Amino acid sequence: MASTFDTVAEIISETSDVPIENIKPESHIMRDLAVDSLNFLDIAFEIDQRFGIKMPVEDWMQKVNEGKAKSDEFFIIGNLCAHIDELVAVSAAA
Amino acid sequence: MRLEYFQMLDRVERLDRDGASITVHSKVPEASPVFEGHFPGYPLMPGVLLLETMAQASGYLIIALSGFTRMAFFANAKEANFRSFVLPGSALVVEASRVHDGSGYAVMRAEIRVEGKRVADSTLTFRTLPFNNPVLEAYVQREGKRLGMLAETGRAP
Repeated sequence: MASTFDTVAEIISETSDVPIENIKPESHIMRDLAVDSLNFLDIAFEIDQRFGIKMPVEDWMQKVNEGKAKSDEFFIIGNLCAHIDELVAVSAAA
Repeated sequence: MRLEYFQMLDRVERLDRDGASITVHSKVPEASPVFEGHFPGYPLMPGVLLLETMAQASGYLIIALSGFTRMAFFANAKEANFRSFVLPGSALVVEASRVHDGSGYAVMRAEIRVEGKRVADSTLTFRTLPFNNPVLEAYVQREGKRLGMLAETGRAP
């Protein structure tokens, strides 16, 4: 079974034309991989669909914009995968 | 339908909030300056305006499902197909449904039929944001009433 990271890397590569070998757990999706906000909508859609979750991207962006969190917390891929795992666990427990 | 004002929809026939889908009627005008250019002597409804028609039906569905609290901004169209010529005077039936309700975005599927035949379809993505412009919000409320989505009280039927 593919790890969360493998699946997310595959999604980013497929939706944004980023070579999969360039995608690392420590990569920041926007800063390092130059994914723009439109590409990110496609990525969010694929992640939501494949993991059966609804990533609270709006809440995350609000926290970043209000200075309550750094974008690294949500958009460095390793951190994003940890959030996805949490959301999947919550969804499975519901 | 008033092409020059980008007013692509005439009347909402059905709004299914539980099923997140909508059916909208619209009639292509018999005459419009648009047809003077597209094309001289051979007037056809432009594909981009059919896409806009699907986007507006999808957008108003998103807006209605939010209780007219959020605006939908067209962000992406995938696999837009224009399967038949659409002539001036055609009666369009536009169907849209929500495929996915994301956080700050929605993915929709839409199609247009003329006399029961599918003439256009696409998958559309929208960003959704709370209204933060009173002029735009008032316009959308007026359009909601005109289309039959909002009662005069402003409450969704």
